[in-house]
Amino acid sequence: MSSSSSTDSLVIAGRTYRSRLLVGTGKYKDMDETARAIDASGAEIVTIAVRRTNIGQNNDEPNILDVLPPERYTILPNTAGCYDVDTAVRTCRLARELLDGHNLVKLEVLGDEKTLFPDVMATLKAAEILVKDDFQVMVYTNDDPIVARELEALGCVAVMPLAAPIGSGLGIRNPLNIRTIVENAKVPILVDAGVGTASDAAVAMELGCDGVLMNTAIAAAKNPVLMASAMRKAIEAGREAFLAGRMPAKRFASASSPIEGLFF
Amino acid sequence: MNILLNGAPHEIADDLCLADLIAQLDLIGQRFAVEVNAELVPRSRFAECHLISGDRVEIIQAVGGG
Repeated sequence: MSSSSSTDSLVIAGRTYRSRLLVGTGKYKDMDETARAIDASGAEIVTIAVRRTNIGQNNDEPNILDVLPPERYTILPNTAGCYDVDTAVRTCRLARELLDGHNLVKLEVLGDEKTLFPDVMATLKAAEILVKDDFQVMVYTNDDPIVARELEALGCVAVMPLAAPIGSGLGIRNPLNIRTIVENAKVPILVDAGVGTASDAAVAMELGCDGVLMNTAIAAAKNPVLMASAMRKAIEAGREAFLAGRMPAKRFASASSPIEGLFF
Repeated sequence: MNILLNGAPHEIADDLCLADLIAQLDLIGQRFAVEVNAELVPRSRFAECHLISGDRVEIIQAVGGG
């Protein structure tokens, strides 16, 4: 590996990461599988959700933060399940308290249960409130370059367009928009949602994305730990291919062996 | 008196503070965060947060999610 790719790192909100794969921690069979899959993914940033405690029940059940200690992982609390500005902002404030002042959050304000597409107007409003309240906001949005630019202008530390609906596994539906978002941006752009298999992750990275955040593609695989390993390699391969600069695509053939020296 | 604890009615003694409630629920030492009536109450203010009848208390924790 060249020195340029071995020193190639992802910087989000001033922190440096070696891995460009961010993973969610939902939908796994149990905590053990969660831990093994995340270990195999090599991810350094992991998302969590915040929910009501089960009062008086399962006090012995391990908590996700026991399995993924904040000393080892950068914990990225999300606002999944929030359909309005107020609940998203409240969720972030609770998460910051839960994590002793850690202020990095993944903002998602959803618009519709069927598609889980973002409510862009509410997302913009919530982002503005959270940035003013000293949060470092990584924001889930649609693949609209104008909205992505606006979220960056509001002070979000990373913009995370969907590749396809959350949990759909449909892959990169609009690669040209993703590329345009990447080209416009000065903050990291991460594909968040829609990846189904390793080649989708590689495509996102080849488009120039700074990283990919995924959950279901790993958790819903028949063998999540093996898929986590595949995703790790796909992200690395896609990134190296992007840095290497692909050959131009041509309509017709171009012989790889020399014409000169033919003996017939 | 009754409060609403994580969405369910919960009977507590009059003039209980949040710190007392947390102790009664056996949550000391666990990682959680609390809202009363949709406002975050930092840990440092649990002892001075006196509950009144009808208060909506939410106690949340981290769970797996994407």
